[in-house]
Formats: sequence, structure tokens, C-alpha cells
Amino acid sequence: MALSGMRGLSVFISDVRNCQNKDQERLRVDKELGNIRSRFKNEKGIIPYEKKKYVWKMLYIYMLGYDVDFGHMEAVSLISAPKYPEKQVGYIVTSCLLNENNDFLRLAINTVRNDIIGRNETFQCLALTMVGNIGGREFAESLAPDVQKLIISSSCRPLVRKKAALCLLRLYRKNPDVVNVDGWADRMAQLLDERDLGVLTSSMSLLVALVSNNHEAYWSSLPKCVKILERLARNQDIPQEYTYYGIPSPWLQVKTMRALQYFPTVEDPNTRRSLFEVLQRILMGTDVVKNVNKNNASHAVLFEALSLVMHLDAEKEMMSQCVALLGKFIAVREPNIRYLGLENMTRMLMVTDVQDIIKRHQAQIITSLKDPDISIRRRALDLLYGICDISNAKDIVEELLQYLSSSDFAMREELSLKAAILAEKFAPDLSWFVDVILQLIDNAGDFISDDIWFRVVQFVTNNEDLQPYAAAKAREYLDKPAIHETMVKVSAYLLGEHGHLLARRPGCSPKEIFNVIHEKLPTVTMPTIPILLSTYAKILMHTQPPDLELQNQIWSIFHKFESCIDVEIQQRAVEYFALSSKGAALADILAEMPKFPERQSALMKKAEDIETDTAEQSAIKLRSKQHVSNALVVTDQRPVNGTAPAVPLTLVKIPSTNSKEDHYPEDHISNGENGTVTEVDPQPPSADLLGDLLGPLAIEGPPVAVQSGHSSLSGLEGISNAVDSAAIVPIEGQINAVQPILNIDERFRTLCLKDSGVLYEDPHMQIGVKAEWRAHQGRLVLFLGNKNTSPLKSVRALILPPSHLRMELSLVPETIPPRAQVQCPLEVVNLRPSRDVAVLDFSYNFGTSLVNIKLRLPAVLNKFLQPLSLSMEEFFSQWRSLSGPPLKLQEVVRGVRPLPLVEMANLFNSNRLMVCPGLDQNPNNLVASTTFYSESTRAMLCLVRIETDPADRTQLRMTVATGDPALTFELKEFIQEQLVDIPAMSSVPAVVPASSPPINPVPLSNNPGAILAGLL
Amino acid sequence: MTIRFVLMVNKQGQTRLAQYYEYLTLEERRALEGEIVRKCLARTEQQCSFVEHRNYKVVYRRYASLFFLVGVDNDENELAILEFIHLLVETMDRHFGNVCELDIMFHLEKAHFMLEEMVMNGCIVETSKSNILTPIQLMEKSS
Repeated sequence: MALSGMRGLSVFISDVRNCQNKDQERLRVDKELGNIRSRFKNEKGIIPYEKKKYVWKMLYIYMLGYDVDFGHMEAVSLISAPKYPEKQVGYIVTSCLLNENNDFLRLAINTVRNDIIGRNETFQCLALTMVGNIGGREFAESLAPDVQKLIISSSCRPLVRKKAALCLLRLYRKNPDVVNVDGWADRMAQLLDERDLGVLTSSMSLLVALVSNNHEAYWSSLPKCVKILERLARNQDIPQEYTYYGIPSPWLQVKTMRALQYFPTVEDPNTRRSLFEVLQRILMGTDVVKNVNKNNASHAVLFEALSLVMHLDAEKEMMSQCVALLGKFIAVREPNIRYLGLENMTRMLMVTDVQDIIKRHQAQIITSLKDPDISIRRRALDLLYGICDISNAKDIVEELLQYLSSSDFAMREELSLKAAILAEKFAPDLSWFVDVILQLIDNAGDFISDDIWFRVVQFVTNNEDLQPYAAAKAREYLDKPAIHETMVKVSAYLLGEHGHLLARRPGCSPKEIFNVIHEKLPTVTMPTIPILLSTYAKILMHTQPPDLELQNQIWSIFHKFESCIDVEIQQRAVEYFALSSKGAALADILAEMPKFPERQSALMKKAEDIETDTAEQSAIKLRSKQHVSNALVVTDQRPVNGTAPAVPLTLVKIPSTNSKEDHYPEDHISNGENGTVTEVDPQPPSADLLGDLLGPLAIEGPPVAVQSGHSSLSGLEGISNAVDSAAIVPIEGQINAVQPILNIDERFRTLCLKDSGVLYEDPHMQIGVKAEWRAHQGRLVLFLGNKNTSPLKSVRALILPPSHLRMELSLVPETIPPRAQVQCPLEVVNLRPSRDVAVLDFSYNFGTSLVNIKLRLPAVLNKFLQPLSLSMEEFFSQWRSLSGPPLKLQEVVRGVRPLPLVEMANLFNSNRLMVCPGLDQNPNNLVASTTFYSESTRAMLCLVRIETDPADRTQLRMTVATGDPALTFELKEFIQEQLVDIPAMSSVPAVVPASSPPINPVPLSNNPGAILAGLL
Repeated sequence: MTIRFVLMVNKQGQTRLAQYYEYLTLEERRALEGEIVRKCLARTEQQCSFVEHRNYKVVYRRYASLFFLVGVDNDENELAILEFIHLLVETMDRHFGNVCELDIMFHLEKAHFMLEEMVMNGCIVETSKSNILTPIQLMEKSS
């Protein structure tokens, strides 16, 4: 059977081993493959022994990394051999070579089934193992009942049952329907009464899979797990064979504690007490011992116990015991323990309120950042990032910066991104932020994306106090001998805009600034040249009185680039040359860049992208992976006096009539006096993106001019997340010369929460909406108002309803007379739950220009909700009866915009999900109930539970239960959208505890956010 | 919380045993093995036994010329896997008597049988050495 059994195999293996190089090996392998192929072709003379030998050779060759694309049939055919040795080879090699979709595998289903239900237990084991390893959906459908029978059969020996349990796990993963929750939950609990530790070990894996999908159904298994853990911890009735270096099966202990972590909590006081006794014993009783294996095994158990304690949210005392232990671990010499200490501390940050205790270990963690082992450095970086807040940001970021220059390549990108994010999130002042980013660019320019330096420019542009400082800094960096191209870009931009503020300082005359920048021109690539040209033009403009020599120098540069092959460069050169020849008029045209509108940090967005594809995911993140994480997206908060502590940096608000216009008096639409709207705010539309940085200079004039340049459009793609203005769809590029007033997206979101308001407005017209909702029906009235003294012609309104809404719009007149308003009722019937949104395709002619807009209509899911207050009994009886997917879905939502609980309750109430205070004992949780109406579901009760984490407001666990699977899903997604992307108007800084009552917050007269929140 | 693969590789980087618990194409396997073997073999004794690679965490242990590499999910209990490797080695020791690279190479099928008794579908199925070895002993007796 072994070496002596298959001589040919041994010879082949030693031949391969003796090959001097890869070429020889390939030759030998090819020869063997040819040999096997020809033997298989001529199958008549082949005996099972030979087949077996060849199949092993194939496996060996495959393992060496060569493709084996034949002989699969032969491997599979061995499965039906009558004798054990051949059958065994058939099963093992098949499961190594074939994937679950292989057609040959399907041919074997019958043989496999016969082996499974047959009486030969060794055959049963082989078949179960193969199906357990590669069984696909078809196997699941045809074999699941047989496998289940084996697991609970009293006549089956443990060696079969343990394999059957893991086989079922595979089938369950392939097709969850094979396990009938109602029937199986009790069986599962019985299975855990098993004494045999092999069966328990594999059953525990099965339980973990089942519980992680639906813990409610498997409650009865919880006390059993605690019993098993007690038995192991007390070493009661544990056979010697299952004791590893004196420790009763550490693997089963770990698995059992893992299973317990999938139950949200342990409610029964007795079970809880027993469990904590065991945990306490593990926490206190694990000592460091000499024997490495024993030490590892006992610490494996200890670390799992730590996770479980954190999960159970134990008493403060036990928690601090855990932190103390971890604090000890991160300082030990043993690298494995140090690594795990750091990793578990990071996990601890995510689940409990212990940040302050962990922060005490900052110095030690920083030491680990310099560890020779990259695995440990990564853990340290993650942890440092996690404990960073306003109090220690400066220290930590400076530490990261210092480390950056000596760190290895593999970590630089992550390191610089994390430093940039922390600097933005926790900057005590803006000049420090500028310092940090410039240092980052200087140290690791290759890893600094455009987003990062754009962000600096935004802050500097919007904060006048910062401008001389930033310009001076940029000037300093330009003196360095070799600087990164990104540094050239940012300093050229800053000096172009604000260099004149330095004019009196030494070395900062326009000419000197020009020279130091121009020196870099030969070293930069094409995309940087346009920025330099803009800078030159700006320098020229700021040089008063004009310096003829400088002017000639710059002109000759423009002249040189007039024939540049790059269109962007050529265009700028020609235009700047022409503009600067106009003399004094230049100053009017090349004015300073206007302030940027507030926008979400692209940096934070980037961080989340990185999160998802590096190896930096910790357990908890991984478990919540289904949800695309936007953990780090912290939308800008409005600053209090420039910057408020602990509030992420913000762009200073643009002076505008924004807040005033946002809440037009409600009667405005119906009073018919559209003439009042003429106080149109001429500010550039907020869809104006950062792209204009790279576009031609902002030439002050109608916003259209800035928007239509091709370069500003291409810039748009780069930063598409800034403001979602997808609602405007220009028909043919330039035709839509009309810009909407205020953000359409925001207007839509406002209307999602209230029933009347302005849906759209531009200089010519306004569309208002007033809606009434009753059960699954609604009536919207569209108010189309012409603001002009001439008629709007070719008016056309088309409703594009999603499939779940039946919508009927009454006739829309083709012409709207001057200063008139027409009302168009729109009937809506909700057929079934869905989050899809209806669109109004609206167009009109004004003069010669055609305007076409597509607007989302606020006939959204929450409009068909009717808030409902439930008593505790009603709620819980419903909650229990709706058990498990697809009626009850649970999800960990990350990237939630951090909100105090009161505000979150407001949000729910305004979305017609009635928060029921006091139903959930835990003050960090929130439950809500409502009724949903649609034609298909009728009135349907909906229950929602939100569990927040006071330590990390960006994540929460949400459970949604309704009597309809589609509704549950849609409602869950809907709520998630609300939580992750809350309308900007409720952006009261998160640090300010909202003192307003849950339902009607009192508007504060001087805070636009609060005023708007009051209107919800 | 599962094992994704078990690899045994010698210090020249030659694979001596490879068992995957999720399907990867040959190219993916080659790339993965190349990358993680390079990473792990470059590490010193003073460094920890865990290496993060893509979505995997590799827990590895070196015995003389042979490296045992186990790829696991990120939320796996690392030390439990580290000792599981040792249990595998002890089991092989019990069977071969002081197992060495050549034993595994020339008794590839036995190494596979043992592993198959210990891990199934990425989960640990048995940790008792005598239970693990029973089928092999039965087989040897019968032949």
C-alpha cells in the first residue's frame, strides 16, 4: 500500500526529486503524463491497482503545480470499486482534483449515496468526507436527509456521526434550505448531549454555522454549550486521548466559546453565572509555562475566553481584568503573544467602552510599531489608529510621520493614508493639518493620492487665516533640492493663489517665487504643467506694478506651450497669453478661487476602499462584511467658530442664502406669487466639484462657463462622491444652460421626510409638491410655476414609475403662461414593498433653449408606513413569532453616521418608524414599530431593533422583522440607507448632545441645522 | 472560522503536500503558494508565527527542513491552529516514528489519509491521535 505497495509511484517521486532544475522536472512530468494518458486510453488491460497508482501520480503532479486535465473520469470511477483501497483512493483523489461543479462528480451521486446509506461504516466515512469537502448543490438536494439521519442515529458509531455532522455543514452552506430550522433546532440541542468528543468537535462547527445565521432558533443549544465548556474546564470525564498537554481538548473549548459568541447575550441567570465562573477560572488560572505547546494551547483558550467576555459585555471589573491581561501581553517578549495582545486590544476597542484604559498603553503600542516583525507592526498600526482621538492625535500622528520614512514599502501606503485621515479627523488646528499633509507628501509622495492634496487646497481656500501660513510652508518646501511632484503641484497651486500674501518676506517676491517654481518645470510630467501655467498667470496678475522682465519671461513660456501637443496645456497657454495681454482687466478675470462648498472628505471614502481589500480586517469587521463598509465616512460637521474640538475638520461655510432658501415657507407654493422667487441666488451650483482645480482658471462670470469646459467634466469623474447630482441629466452636454437652484438631491431628501415643499427650482421655473398618503395610496399634487414674464413652452412631464408603483399623472398643459402656476395631481398606488424610486422626466423650452431634468419623486417606502405604538407584550410576542430569515433579518451596519441616540430616534420617527421607548432594557438600544401598506402585503406589522455600541457610534446591529420576506429586506435596506447617509440638514455636530425632545426638536434660531431639523 | 488550506513546504520552497478546502484554480494556487511561501520562509525564529496575506491569515510552524503552513480566516483562533499543526506532526510521528520530509514525500497518500481524518471541510473533525490513525492501521492490516 505504501512505498512498497506502489513501486512505480515511488520511482516517479524520486525521479522528480532528483531533477536538477525546473526544465528537467517538466520533462519528467510530461513524460509521465503521456504515459498515464496512453494507459488510460487503452483501458481494457488496466487493472484497479494500476489505476490507483496512476491516479496518485496525477495527484502528485497536480500538487507540483502542473495542470492535469485528463483522467478525472478514472479517478471518479475508482469510487465505485468494490475494494476498500481503491475506493479510498478514488474518494480522496477526487476531492483533491475536482471542483464541485465537475460533471463527472454528478455521475457518482448514486454510488456515493449507496455508500452513505450502506452498512459498511468505512465506506460511509469515505463518502461523507468527500461530500463534506466538495459536495455541491445537487448533493445537498439528494443527500441531506440521509446525512441528517446518520448524525442522530443511535446505531451509528461516533466515527460515522462526526463526519456526517461536518458533511451536513457543507450541504447546509450549499443550500440552507436542507436544514429545516424548526425540526433541527431540537436535534441540534440533543446532539450536544453527546459524550464523544470527536462528535462534539464536529457538531460544534455545525452549530457555529447554524447559529451565525439564525441564533434565535438555536437558543436551546446555548445552555448545552455552557455545560460542555464546564465539563472541559473542570476536566470531567475527558479521555486521555483528548487531553493535549494536560489541557482538555483546547480546540473544542475554543470552538464552544466561539459558538457562544454568536448568541447576542446569555439571558438565563443560572447559565450566565456558570459561564462566568468558567470564564473567570480561565482568565485567572492561565499561567505562563515553560512547555511551548502547553503554553500555546492554554493561551488559545484564554484568548477565546477574552473574546467571549468582551462579547458578553461583562461587568466592569471583569473587563478591566481583560484589559490588564492584554496590557501585560503586549509587553511580553514572546512574539505570538504580543501579536495576539495587540490584535485583541483592537477588537476590544470595537466592542466596549474601554478606550481610556487602553490609551494608557500608548507608549508600549508605539514601541511595537517599530518591532522588527511586520505582522506585529501592522497590528500596532491598526491599534494606534483605533485609539486615536482628539486628546492624543498630535502624538500619534507625529509618531506615524516619524516612522513613515523608515517604514517598509509594504506598509507605507496604509500608514500615510491613516496618518492623513487622523490628521483630518482630529486636527486641533488647521495649520497643523497642513503641516502634516505637507510632511506626508514630502516623506511618501508616491502614496499620496490627489484626494489628499485637494483636501489641503480646499481647507486653505476656505480659511483666509490659513492662507499666508500655507503659502509660506509651500515656499519652504520648494527650497528643498529634490521634491516630489505632488509637492510641486500643491505648492505651485498654493503660491499661485496666495503667494502674493508673502510679498514682503525675503525670497518671496513674485519674481523669486516664479523662479523657484519654474525651476521645477523640466522635472514634472504633463499633468502638472497646466497647474504651473495657471500659477504663472496668477503670479503675473498679482505683480503690481507690472514687472516687464517677468512678464516677458512668462509670456515666452506661454508662447512656447502654445504649440504643445497636449490640448489642455495648449489651451491654457493660448488663453493665459491672450488674457494677460489685456493689462488691467486681467485682475478682474483671474480673481482668486471662490470658496469651496462643504463636502465629504474623499479621503475618508478612500480609507474605506482600502479597508475592504487589505488584509487588515479583524474578526468583527469580517463578520459584518456583507455590508460594504464605509466605516470612516464622517460627513462634514458644521464647525462652531471655525473648528470645534473632536469634530472632524470642516470647510468654512460659504456665505449664502442657503439656509434661508432651504425652508421656503410652506404656503409659498400655494400662494401663487411666484414672482417672489426672483431673489435667485447666483452662487455656483453645489455640484461644482473639485475638478475645477485642474480645470481652467475660474474665470468669474456665469457659472455655465466654468461648468462646460471639458476638463472640469473629466475632473468630475475623479471625485464623483462629492455631491450626488445625478438627478440632473443634461440631454446634450451644453444644452442645459439652466442650472438648478440649490441641490436637487437635498430637496428630494427633505421631501422624503415631509409632505410639501419645493422639488426643483431654476431661474425660470419652480416645481413644488404637496402630498397626502393614506394606507397604500397617495395623492401628490405637482405645482408647476413659471417665474418669467414670458411663457414656458413645450412643457412635458412624464412619469417613469418603478414596477412596484402604479402612478397616474393628470394632463400637463403644454404651455405655462407667464407668472402662472398649474397644478397636476398624481395618483399613486403601492403594489408591493420596494425601495425603487419613481422619476419625473420633465422638460420645457425657454426661448431657444431646451431644458430637460429628471427628478426623483418623493413617493418612497416610508410614505407607506403608519407609525404604530405597541405595548411590551404585543411587541415581544410578535418579535418571537417572527423568527429567523427571511422574515427576520439581522445585519451589522458599519459606517453609520455617528448620532446621539436621541437624534437617531428622531430620524426614525421622522421616517414614520415609531420609536417605542422603554421596550428595550438596554439604554443603548432602540426599538421601533410601524405598519406598512401595499396592495400585496395589505397592512403589515414591522418591527425594528437597533443595538448601538456606545464606544463606536459608527456601527450598530440592526434587526428587522415583518411578516413578508421582501418587505423585511427592503425595509432593512431602507433603514440602512437612512443611517449611513443621513440628509445633510440634520448635521448638528455629533458632540453636542441633543437636548431636544424626541419628536419635535425645538428650533434654535441661529443654527440652520436645527431649524431644518425642526421642519422635519 | 475555517481552515482554507494546509501546505507542507520544504525550505527550498518545494511543495510536499497541499490540501485546499476551497476551490482555487491551478494558477491561483501557484500564485498563492509562491507568495506565502516567500513571505514565510523569509521570516526569522524571533518573529511571530502569523502572517497576514490578502484575506488570509497564515499560521505557520517550522520543523527541521519542513514548514507547515495553514491558511485560515482572519477571525480564526491563531494559537489553536498553531497547536493543531503540532498535533498533526505528533500524529505523523506516532505513525512514522520521528517523521521527516521524505516520509511525507514518499507516503503522500498516508499523509493525506491522516489529514483527512483530522480536517474536513475546513473544520477540525478529530483530535485524538489513536482515532486518527485507526483507519490507516486497519488498512495496513488488511493489505
